[in-house]
Parts: sequence; structure tokens; C-alpha cells
Amino acid sequence: MTGERIVAVTMPKWGLSMQLGKVTSWIVAEGDEVGVGDELADIETEKIAGTLEASDAGTVRRIIARVGEDVPVSGTIALIAPAQISDAELDAAVEQARAVIEAGVPDDAGGGPEVQTADVGGRKISYAGVGEEGDVVLLIHGFGGDKNSWLFLQEPLAARHRVYALDLPGHGASAKDVGVGDPAAVLAGAVTGVLDALGADRAHLVGHSMGGAVALAVAVGDPGRIASLTLIAPSGFGPEINVGYLRGFADAQTRRELKPVVGQLFADQSLVTRQVVDDLLAYKRLDGVDQALHTLLGVLLDGDTQRTDSAAALAAIGGAVPVGVVWGAVDSVIPAAQAQSVTGAVRHLVDGAGHMPHMERPGQVQAAIEETIARAR
Amino acid sequence: MARSITYREALNEALAQEMERDESVIVMGEDNAGGAGSPGEQDAWGGVLGVTKGLYHRFPGRVLDTPISESAFIGAAIGAATAGLRPVAELMFVDFMGVCFDQIYNQAAKFRYMFGGKAVTPVVIRTMYGAGLRAAAQHSQCLYPLFTHIPGLKVVLPATPYDAKGLLIQAIRDDDPVIFFEHKALYDLSGPVPEESYALPFGEANVVREGEDATIVTLGRMVHVALSAADQLAGEGVQCEVIDLRTTSPLDEDTVLESVEGTGRLVVVDEAHPRCSIATDISALVAQKAFGALRAPVEMVTAPHTPVPFSGALEDLYMPDAQRVANAVKTVTGWTR
Repeated sequence: MTGERIVAVTMPKWGLSMQLGKVTSWIVAEGDEVGVGDELADIETEKIAGTLEASDAGTVRRIIARVGEDVPVSGTIALIAPAQISDAELDAAVEQARAVIEAGVPDDAGGGPEVQTADVGGRKISYAGVGEEGDVVLLIHGFGGDKNSWLFLQEPLAARHRVYALDLPGHGASAKDVGVGDPAAVLAGAVTGVLDALGADRAHLVGHSMGGAVALAVAVGDPGRIASLTLIAPSGFGPEINVGYLRGFADAQTRRELKPVVGQLFADQSLVTRQVVDDLLAYKRLDGVDQALHTLLGVLLDGDTQRTDSAAALAAIGGAVPVGVVWGAVDSVIPAAQAQSVTGAVRHLVDGAGHMPHMERPGQVQAAIEETIARAR
Repeated sequence: MARSITYREALNEALAQEMERDESVIVMGEDNAGGAGSPGEQDAWGGVLGVTKGLYHRFPGRVLDTPISESAFIGAAIGAATAGLRPVAELMFVDFMGVCFDQIYNQAAKFRYMFGGKAVTPVVIRTMYGAGLRAAAQHSQCLYPLFTHIPGLKVVLPATPYDAKGLLIQAIRDDDPVIFFEHKALYDLSGPVPEESYALPFGEANVVREGEDATIVTLGRMVHVALSAADQLAGEGVQCEVIDLRTTSPLDEDTVLESVEGTGRLVVVDEAHPRCSIATDISALVAQKAFGALRAPVEMVTAPHTPVPFSGALEDLYMPDAQRVANAVKTVTGWTR
């Protein structure tokens, strides 16, 4: 709650390279009452478009950033304040905020956290962290994703935790070789290797889709090390999966082929921007990626159904670790009904989200992660 | 993709990574290795504008200096390709290609066809093109339409550092002869380029900007001129779709036609002369296959049908610029019957 002070709504930092963003439309107007999680504005960066949600409740007293204007990350774009704050006080705050926007990106603005690499069994594993204190939280992306898929979540979570995101083998900036014998073990080994590199004896794991199964495999291997598990649309909790999506993603050679496939990830098709598709295509064209994705298809699929048995992995942990499961209600890659098979977990169903709730409704997913982490204490 | 390097560095990295990956890749050309008879104690000149710098010491015996005899060394590169190597030959300026035309269009381009698909000629000929360097009539031409005309050759014109690396890697891995055009004015252009190897497929145009009011089809350095015009027009409320062809042979017809079907208006921007050019080729394609979608006559922005002038003032007027492109877009968007 805002209490008796002015709360600044600021330009979020979505992704390590983001320095500027612009409001493409305001969803709220001056005078509107907003609650936590309410949508405030549509925001666009060079890389991605998203919706900014309110992290405080109160009255929107001033809207500062004009539509289409470049605003540096963390620059104030609106003010939320209670009625007793005077117009003069607000105007002074607006003046300060305008000066920041006019000044643009400061010359000493860093590119965010340094991307680091660990050598895990001869493979280069890339990861990036933010946050000064608190428990280690490690974010594990899904099939074909990378550490940037957490761009809406990593900074907000870092207010209370040390939050790392890695690129699994075969993905992002990590080595593209996923091994031939047991690729699933190679992926789990990369997660353990990053925890080793961080010197983390204990960590909270957050895994999306295939990354959920990877998180479970890590927990089975060393349950004492894992403080909590948040599984977002995890693979392996039922036979059914959209094989058209998986094979389509692995096989797509052109933007024309890839775009409709990527569309299946999201409920809101406006998130499938040209930049998102181009970035995925650039990734898919790196040497070794095609082979890695097709090898991993063999790990994920047995014919047209899921090969992974995450329910068995969860049973093997035997309730020793708090588990939360998050699912987009309109997930068209893995059906949300499979959340019922995540025995013993607290379930969070995210309305209006597809297979990427952490990109479509980051506020709700953040709350679910915090809830799971809190149960570990 | 956070790392930014120049077009020149991207080409150098593509050569180095392919030489590392495949021993059959060799590099040859004038001054590529540091001058004939060089003991190799000093770093190579690296070709006329330094693209192959550093490769001579890194890959001993695989970077060859050639005499100033294009007909001889282009012929040698083509012969080596038929015999199992993957040569990347640098022919300083495309303007000099005339002296080795038989080797290129009557030999390399024909082998696959004449030998029933049993012969491959995986040669890459890298060459510089384009005006803007005050190099006058014999060192400034845009002769890519000549090569586009010949079946059996692939013709590539990267516009950005990212495309330069990915298209050169594809050119080296490709089993057909590829003429690879590098614009002199692009070598110092910086942009994001992955450190890892990647190949960009031929025949896939790049929609570098989306818009609904007019389509600008362009290539090579003119991509940046078109983007600058599109930025200016966006300020006036006109949204242009800008298509970078990336390769003129093979040609991505679908991307051009789909865009024009959406906008109904076409401007082609080509630094080559106006006759029998990429501009006329794209105009004919659209007239033939998307006639019903056109809501205005096609506009072409090209160099004039003259040699590139020696006078700097005239050379500046010779090259298409953003203002001419913007004017052409206004002509097609403002056209009424």
C-alpha cells in the first residue's frame, strides 16, 4: 500500500541489455484507482513488448511519460499517491522525473549484471545473476528457450533474492553439445555445475516446461541441496503434449515457418513480435543447435506422447521439498489439467496465459514463486 | 548477441571459423598473404581493405598471394574447387571481373549442369562493389546484375555485419559457385554478431522494417539508405516496409510479393544502373505476379545510365540517397488515377 507517500511507477528493466523503453499506450488514466497486479501501460523495448503491472495500490495522480517517448530504465513514468499529497508536491516530483527522461541514458549506465560462464564437464555453461543478498534462486528455461526468457521476472525477484538464470546445454550462449548417451543427465549436470560455480549449498529452483523436469532431476539427485521447487507448466506430468509445436519448433527453417509455431506459446499473439521470432531464428541457425534440439526431442517424446515421468521423480523426492506449480489456463503446449498430477504441490492457475505465463503474467508468477520460497523457511 | 563487431571483422571471423572447421577451405587473392615473396615475418596486408588480415599466420600454407592476374588465379580457384578444395578467392574490385569472365560464367557456372549434376564447384569469389570512395569509373561499379543473369551462379550482397558472417559461411559451405559482393562503404559498419558459427540460407529476404503504406525492396548498402528514408517518412505518418533481398540469385519472390500484396505500392532502390538491373527485375516480377495488388505505378530509384563520375560533387549526385527514396515513396503513396 502506498500509505502517505508518493510511489513512483518506473520503467522496468526487461532483459540484460535493456537501457531504454517506451510506453506504447497507457491503460490507466490520471485519477484511476489501481490495485497490485493491475495493468498500467503497454511498454516496448528494442527486443520485446509487454504490459507493466502495478506493484503498489493507490490512485494514479500523474502520468509523466508520453506515449512513444524513450525513457531510461528506472526513470519515473507515473506517480501513485493518496489524496492528501498536494499538487505542488506532485508537480515537484514530475519535474524531477521529466529531467531524468530528458537526460536520456546516463553514460555510465552498465549493461546490467555480467554474464558469466562455468566449465561443466568440458561444456561452457553461460549464466547471469542479479541481486545482492538473500537465498540463491536459479531459473531454468524450457526447450528452445534461454536465460532471457526470464526477463520480466529476474529483476523483480532480485529485490529479495540472489537470482540467477542459466542457458542449458544446446541453448543460448552455452555449449551446443547435449551428449549422446543421456542428454537429460547432461542438462541436470549443467544446473548442478552452475550451483557449484556459485558455491551454493542450497538453492531454490524454478523450472519452466522441460526446465521443470530438469529441476526435478536435480532435486532427485541431491534433495538436500534444493530448498524449494517452482514448476511452471512442467513437462512429464501426463502423456499429452503438443507434438506439432515441439517438432515444428525444431524443424522450422525460416521466419515464415517459425512464426506460427512460436504463436502457439502465447495466449496474446501480440507478444510474438518480429524481434522475438528473429532472435529465435538466429539462435536456431547457430551451428549445433539443430542437432541439439532434435536430440532433446528424443528425450521429451516417445512417439507422440511425453517420455519424461516427472510424477515418478516427484514421488522419489517424497515431500522433502516444498513444491509449487504454476500453469497458464490456456496453455496449448502442455494442458493445464496436468497440474492435478503434481502431487502435494500448491497450484497456481494463471488466467489468460498460455505456455509462457512468466512472460504473459509475470506478476502472478512472481507471487507464486515467492509463495513457494516462503514455505521453505 | 550483445557483442558488436564491424562488417570487416564479421567477414574475417567467418573465414577463420570455416578454415578452422574445414581444412579444405583456402583463401587466395592479391595481397591476401602480405605480398609475393614475403617471408611471412610481418602480418599480412590482408587484401586491399584488410578483410583477410591475421589469417596468413593462423593458417600456414592456406592463405595464398596471387600475381596481379585475375584471369589466372580465378581460373585456378575454380579448378581447385572442382578438384576438392573450397577456395575463397578475393578479386579486389568487381570492375576487374571482365578479364576472367570465361572462367566464371562459361566454366564454373556450367559444370554442374554439363556433367549431369556429378560435378560441383564450391568456389567463393569475394569482391568489392559500389560508389562513394572517390574511386571513379573503373573501381566503383555495381555489376551484380550481370552475375544474377547467369544460371549456375549464386549472388550474395550482405548489408549488415550479422548477414555478412552468416552469408559468407553459407557461401563457403555451398557446393555451387558464389559471387559474394561487399560494399566498400560498409566495412566499418558495426552491429551485433554471435561469436559462434551460423549459416544464413540463400534465397531468404529479410524484412528489416514492417509497414503498411509502401514496400521498399532494396539490397546491399542501399538497405541503409532506404531505412533512413523510412525513418524520415515515419515522422510524416507514412509507414514503409523495407525488404533486404540479401541474395539476388536465388531470389526470394514470395517475401516481395506478399509485402506488395499488403501495401499495394512498390519502390525498388538499387545502386546499379537502371537498365537490366535488380530494379527492373523486381518491377517486372511484381507487374507479372502481383499486378492486381498494385495501387500505383512502380517507382525505381537507381543510379543513372552513366559511368560513375570522377568528380566528387557528381558522384554524390550519382548515388541514390534517402531524399530520392522518400520522394519516390511519396509519389507512389500520393498517386491518383
